[in-house]
Amino acid sequence: MKEVESNISEAVCDAPNSQESGERGMALVKYLILGILFGIVFVKAEIISWFRIQEMFRLDSFHMYGVIGSAIVTGIISIQLIKRMKIKSVAGEEIIIPTKKFTKGNVIGGFIFGLGWAITGACPGPLFAQIGSGFTVVIVTLLSAIAGTWVYGKFSDKLPS
Amino acid sequence: MNQLIDWVSQPWPWYVAGPMIGLTVPSLLILGNKSFGISSSLRHVCAMCIPAKIPFFQYNWRKEMWNLVFVLGVLVGGFVATSLLSNPDEIVIATKTQADLAALGITDFSGLMPSDIFSWENLFTAKGFVFFVLGGFLVGFGTRYAGGCTSGHAIMGISSLQWPSLVATIFFMLGGFLMTQVFLAPLMKLVGF
Repeated sequence: MKEVESNISEAVCDAPNSQESGERGMALVKYLILGILFGIVFVKAEIISWFRIQEMFRLDSFHMYGVIGSAIVTGIISIQLIKRMKIKSVAGEEIIIPTKKFTKGNVIGGFIFGLGWAITGACPGPLFAQIGSGFTVVIVTLLSAIAGTWVYGKFSDKLPS
Repeated sequence: MNQLIDWVSQPWPWYVAGPMIGLTVPSLLILGNKSFGISSSLRHVCAMCIPAKIPFFQYNWRKEMWNLVFVLGVLVGGFVATSLLSNPDEIVIATKTQADLAALGITDFSGLMPSDIFSWENLFTAKGFVFFVLGGFLVGFGTRYAGGCTSGHAIMGISSLQWPSLVATIFFMLGGFLMTQVFLAPLMKLVGF
């Protein structure tokens, strides 16, 4: 496992693709399947529910804390196993986790996202699952989130970083 | 078989759902050397459709196609879970939350989302503006400025022991607490609840 500094001009934010060999067409199907499983869990554990997010921010239920907390614990254990056992990717490459550099955006942007999270009842993942679940008006929320991302991109060099 | 379907149709407890979500991290790493994160899909859509010569959107988005395929899967998964595996009963939410929300003007507690808010009739109203347009904008702008969302920072970032992600997650929560506990009541009143 390599930990690399992410190159700003090349960085693709939180979900970079570190695989060197290209993937097209059918090679992408595995991500579709993984996404489908993920979406099913989102709905079945009611994570996409506006009510569950309200419960979380009102400290009235442990559910969301349990979900996020146990997901993190599972993630930590898995990454430690990958590191210690030097597990390689399916393509035989060394697994790379880019380093996240601290920016003021982690604080300011994080806070702004939190405000929006409590209004929409969804972070970006659940937005997609809400639409799939038939709450089609959330398409408008998604389009607005894309607009928000675009406006950030437009003014990113003028914001504190 | 019927028993299995019954069991799957119930809401899943946190100790089943959380580890399954956590397993997305090693699955993506091992399948394709990919770091888990969802908000970047919004950036890829911008880079693909409306780059407008903005440097932030000038990169090889084709290489990140997997991320868009993944979120498409999340959408399909939502459809599958709702149409084939859905829970026949009403959602059970904490009585205190329900009472607080009823006091704010929410009347429908039957589905995963309150129809008082999330319906097309509200689109061109003040409710729609706040809950869809403003809320969505804050999510998109905030996650990109923060460099990630709940998946990229809270799950992937903290799982790989990166402290900036812990900071970001703390501020996600602070923003959410402040909106819920302080601003939501006056905001809902303002838009006509």
